[in-house]
Amino acid sequence: MPAIGAALDNGKTEEPYWKRVFSGFEKSKQWMADTKPDVAIVVYNDHASAFSVEMIPTFALGCAAEFPPADEGWGPRPVPVLKGHPRLAAHIAQSVILDEFDLTVVNKMEVDHGLTVPMNLLFGTPKQWPCPVIPLAVNVVMYPPPTGHRCYMLGKAIRKAVESYPEDLKVVIFGTGGLSHQISGPRAGLINSKWDKSFLDNLTKDPRKLTRIPHIDYMREAGAEGIEMVMWLIMRGALDDRVDEVYRFYTVPASNTAVGHIILENRRKAAPKSKPAGRTKQAAARKAAHRIASKG
Amino acid sequence: MARAPHDYDDIPGTFVFDAERSRQGYGINMFCMSLMKDANRKAFKANEAEYLKKFNLTPEQTEAVLKRDYNRMLELGGNIYFTAKLGATDGHSFQHLAAVMTGASQQDYAAMMLAGGRSVEGNRSKSGKGKPAKSKSKSKSSAKRK
Repeated sequence: MPAIGAALDNGKTEEPYWKRVFSGFEKSKQWMADTKPDVAIVVYNDHASAFSVEMIPTFALGCAAEFPPADEGWGPRPVPVLKGHPRLAAHIAQSVILDEFDLTVVNKMEVDHGLTVPMNLLFGTPKQWPCPVIPLAVNVVMYPPPTGHRCYMLGKAIRKAVESYPEDLKVVIFGTGGLSHQISGPRAGLINSKWDKSFLDNLTKDPRKLTRIPHIDYMREAGAEGIEMVMWLIMRGALDDRVDEVYRFYTVPASNTAVGHIILENRRKAAPKSKPAGRTKQAAARKAAHRIASKG
Repeated sequence: MARAPHDYDDIPGTFVFDAERSRQGYGINMFCMSLMKDANRKAFKANEAEYLKKFNLTPEQTEAVLKRDYNRMLELGGNIYFTAKLGATDGHSFQHLAAVMTGASQQDYAAMMLAGGRSVEGNRSKSGKGKPAKSKSKSKSSAKRK
């Protein structure tokens, strides 16, 4: 993931290797531009930037008005400061905690490539981001991360919170992380495209099946760091049970990882007459390529 | 004091950074985190062994850091996102660390990734018993196929 950021920041996107990766997101950027969300909830993982080993929250919701890009060793990435949506974030926090999820509320946080690179992939490199962002940082650094099932149910709780918010907002939710990869130990370099494809297929049509995957299966099949894929289930839980897969892209490698990308939309249905103007929730699920500490 | 056994110990070539390792490796990881500040990087480079004394490392952890034995650091509680900062301090790309950890040259490692990465075949299970919970849509080959 830092490598994708470095490629963007150092003007390497036209090199054949990187062109292959970035080309897959052209349609995605168009979709996002057509969608014009009012706010993006971005589920991602921090990489020892905002959080160290001193305190390891399982789910940390960014409720601040602003999130500056983190300095990961080469100065902060040259991307615009992200604006938050404190009112919606506070509403989500309250609703979700009362739904018995144990959220950590974060009022001051820098965001690293785990969040900013997906933003670039879907929004390009604008001078200002076109919409505010609510970051949801999930612990995948220390084992165990939350279970896939827990993530899925949190997604549902977030959906409920957004629907009860008094303002009618168009919300997209990003799931990031993965796909298969291992960047640590002698087994580093692991890629499992069969696993990845099966995951993407089930993400669309049978997410409950994915919620039953135990952590050891993720680690064994998709790499120790592939366990990040549980985060996608937060995104998926926030959508309707039935969704349309409007786009998919997959390529290997981007630096050290498999890149998978999928866009899902709630199936359109006629809104009942008595309901206020319906909210549409669409989702962009994304994947982060992992590479640590480098200029690429 | 031996580590508690876990099912994931069966995964080859992998050191899972669990709560026990997190506790054990607190010093290594906080040392690595300190390298995010330029002044600390300078102090470390000026006298590595002296700098490390501040972090309550065990002799084994100290040796692993001084020798840049990246796998040993993981085994003793370091986490890759943190140890990568040590690599960066040395001016090493992540690929250099990957090469060290996998026992390959950087060139061979890069070539492996370009060719599609390391296969999971033969790399699932030390005991040969590890199977995914539901293997319907996955390859049915056992871990010992190679």
